[in-house]
Amino acid sequence: MARPDYKILFAQFRSLLALALMVLVLSLLSDRFLTPDNGWNILRQISVNLCLSIGMTLVILSGGIDLSVGAILGLAGAMAAGLLKNGLAIPGTELVIQFSTSGAILAGVLVGAAAGWVNGFSITRFSLPPFVATLGMLSIARGLTMLWTGGFPITGLGDGFGHLGTGVFLGMPLPVWIMLALTAVFVVSTKCTRFGRHLYAVGGNERAARLTGLNVSRIKIAVYTLAGALAGVAGLIVTARLDSAQPNAGLGYELDSIAAVVIGGTSLAGGRGSIWGTVLGCLIIGVLNNGLFLLNVSPFWQQVVKGAVILLAVAIDRMNSRVRE
Amino acid sequence: MNDAGPEILLEAEGIEKSFPGVRALGGVSLRVRAGRLVALLGENGAGKSTLMNVLSGVFPPDAGTIRLGGGEPVSFANPRAAQDHGIGIVHQELNLIPGLTIAENIWLGREPRTAPGLIDYGKLNADTAAILSRLDLAVAPTTMLGDLRVGQQQLVEIGKALSARARVLILDEPTSSLSAHEVEVLFDVIRDLKQDGVGLVYITHKFEELAPICDDVTIMRDGRVVGESAFRDITRDGIVRLMAGRENKETFQKSAAALGDEILRAEDMRLPAEGIGRPFLVDGVSLSLLAGEVLGVFGLVGAGRTELLETIFGLHAGRGTGRLTVGGKATAFASPADAIAAGLAFAPEDRKRDGVVLPMSVAANASLASLNRTLRGGFISDAREAAHIKPYIDRFRVKTPSLDQLIVNLSGGNQQKVILAKWLATSPRILLLDEPTRGIDVNAKREIYAFIDELARAGLGLIVVSSELPEVLALADRVLVMCEGRVTAELPRAEATPERVLQAALPDRAAALAF
Repeated sequence: MARPDYKILFAQFRSLLALALMVLVLSLLSDRFLTPDNGWNILRQISVNLCLSIGMTLVILSGGIDLSVGAILGLAGAMAAGLLKNGLAIPGTELVIQFSTSGAILAGVLVGAAAGWVNGFSITRFSLPPFVATLGMLSIARGLTMLWTGGFPITGLGDGFGHLGTGVFLGMPLPVWIMLALTAVFVVSTKCTRFGRHLYAVGGNERAARLTGLNVSRIKIAVYTLAGALAGVAGLIVTARLDSAQPNAGLGYELDSIAAVVIGGTSLAGGRGSIWGTVLGCLIIGVLNNGLFLLNVSPFWQQVVKGAVILLAVAIDRMNSRVRE
Repeated sequence: MNDAGPEILLEAEGIEKSFPGVRALGGVSLRVRAGRLVALLGENGAGKSTLMNVLSGVFPPDAGTIRLGGGEPVSFANPRAAQDHGIGIVHQELNLIPGLTIAENIWLGREPRTAPGLIDYGKLNADTAAILSRLDLAVAPTTMLGDLRVGQQQLVEIGKALSARARVLILDEPTSSLSAHEVEVLFDVIRDLKQDGVGLVYITHKFEELAPICDDVTIMRDGRVVGESAFRDITRDGIVRLMAGRENKETFQKSAAALGDEILRAEDMRLPAEGIGRPFLVDGVSLSLLAGEVLGVFGLVGAGRTELLETIFGLHAGRGTGRLTVGGKATAFASPADAIAAGLAFAPEDRKRDGVVLPMSVAANASLASLNRTLRGGFISDAREAAHIKPYIDRFRVKTPSLDQLIVNLSGGNQQKVILAKWLATSPRILLLDEPTRGIDVNAKREIYAFIDELARAGLGLIVVSSELPEVLALADRVLVMCEGRVTAELPRAEATPERVLQAALPDRAAALAF
């Protein structure tokens, strides 16, 4: 299936080695670490970040960046929760459209996709740098979330919706199912479809891609739309797990997802990296957070350690690419 | 030339310089004398710019010596060191910072300071004003560089060189975007500099510029000096003969063409320039291509050859205009994808920038333009991809350990072959090749020539753009010569002599009467 790209294989092997080392050390340091419960716990905790990070991987592979995923997560979660609880009042009429659970879920994903599409459109149509376009969307989505919620949490969403965050199917938490399914879909679509190949080509050399007849704008719009939709899914999981849409949900999550992508060996320059790497990156961050928590390390130190891991991962990556050139 | 005459300011001897796969300079000597201007002439790729880069410290020579004023040999670690030795250069491309003022640009890195160590803007701007008035530039020293026209920016670049009070000043095609008046001003400045005993090296393709300022000429070809003379002792024809005339080293033998029907006709192709110099980069070019024919397009850098191919290929849709007929059917391309669907393929000049996707494998690069032929049930099948691509990789004898090798690890020649494979895999009828052998070694070059010949025999129509005269003459059934966006000659193979092609490629032939 996937072409053996030795550089990336090595990068992932390196990440895998780091992960194994962390697991080993943590299981020696804490007898609560290597337990089934804690394992599920870690997977449940990383499911949100992995949803965001899969989208972020697509964006970064295309040579861009998306700073708005955390804000879109908040907006999509709040929209879904509000529609489910209060419905949608049509202005100027007495009409209120009520939403079923699945309707609200669909709406959440669509809101995310729409915000992502706006990102892609402004980047391709007006040649905005992705950094700027998505920074703008970050602020817009945050503001819309506040307008929609009035700054208050929306709670009491019902068991049907809550299932999405807390439910268990065949012994495995539902968010973990969602995460695995999305991983499978996007591993295949990046490695075995024309879309995936075009994505790597656009990120690797946009001019060459254009001269080869690829529709660069369409590919980029698709990538940002997908990243938005995945942020929507993440927003639904967060909201369902807490049975509450917090107006500040997802604050700063974009940085965790960029960190996961980078630790996973994907190049910020575009065209080089993989979804697999990002899965490992998410696992590394998840295990690190969990382990430091179990060891009673102060959350402030956790941040310091996470930052150091990012710097280390990228420094190693840079040394590698310098050797190549 | 003998050693008599004005003092020798700079003497380069036996300068050699090689780049991977290319010998750019093979033992070049050059003398610059006080108060004299030596014009350095030669085709693109003759080694002029490389020589100037060596003299100005951009990179060191592999062998050879540079002496200043008859002293010991010197070597320059960087351009700053050359500057400190009194060698100034105005490069062909602008090296200025748009977000700084004119004054800040001119004195960048050499800013006058006040006692506390801050920049002395009073002196900075006053000194700059003096330079600007010398250049007849009526703008304030505090004008942002980015607000100037390109021609004015070029004058600022010249002003920067003047500010360093160089003893030897190198000007590499300084007039390419200057107006007629600005050229006059520059020539006045040059005359003043000569009066002051500055020695100048002047690189140009414009013969009409020589008469007013030139004292000596040095002609280069293939990394060697092939002629030196006082300007008054040589004719334009003599210069052209030296520039063009070379022993035919190419062993390539073109096979007899079997020409078919017209497969491509382009009429009145135009591409507006965005405010620089002439109004059109491609200025009303028409051409016709037959099946089985190789149409060579020759021109100097800036003649608009690449832009012509890009316009035909639909890359400038919306800006470029013209009528295209492909295989007898009138058509218009809104994007390269349309052109590819119509059976065109385009291998660009700058492989790294426009051709290959460096982080991808050989196979992924080769299949990129024809991925729909690798699908099984909607997914890319590795087996199908390999089966689709392998014949072309083999046909072009790409040297790679495997199809999965990253293309970045291949030599330039092999990368170019992968690009050819990529396009042949789309089963094109018309192949546009822009500088197909740039920067690749002699053997790969010969192979590519053979492929081009073979493809033409197979009935494809090819347009080959090149700035290497022997290449065009060896490959083409017909030669189209471009100059400043227009077609200046169309010669069948039998009539395409080096002299005739080069004459047509040089700008402003009317002014040559001044010779």
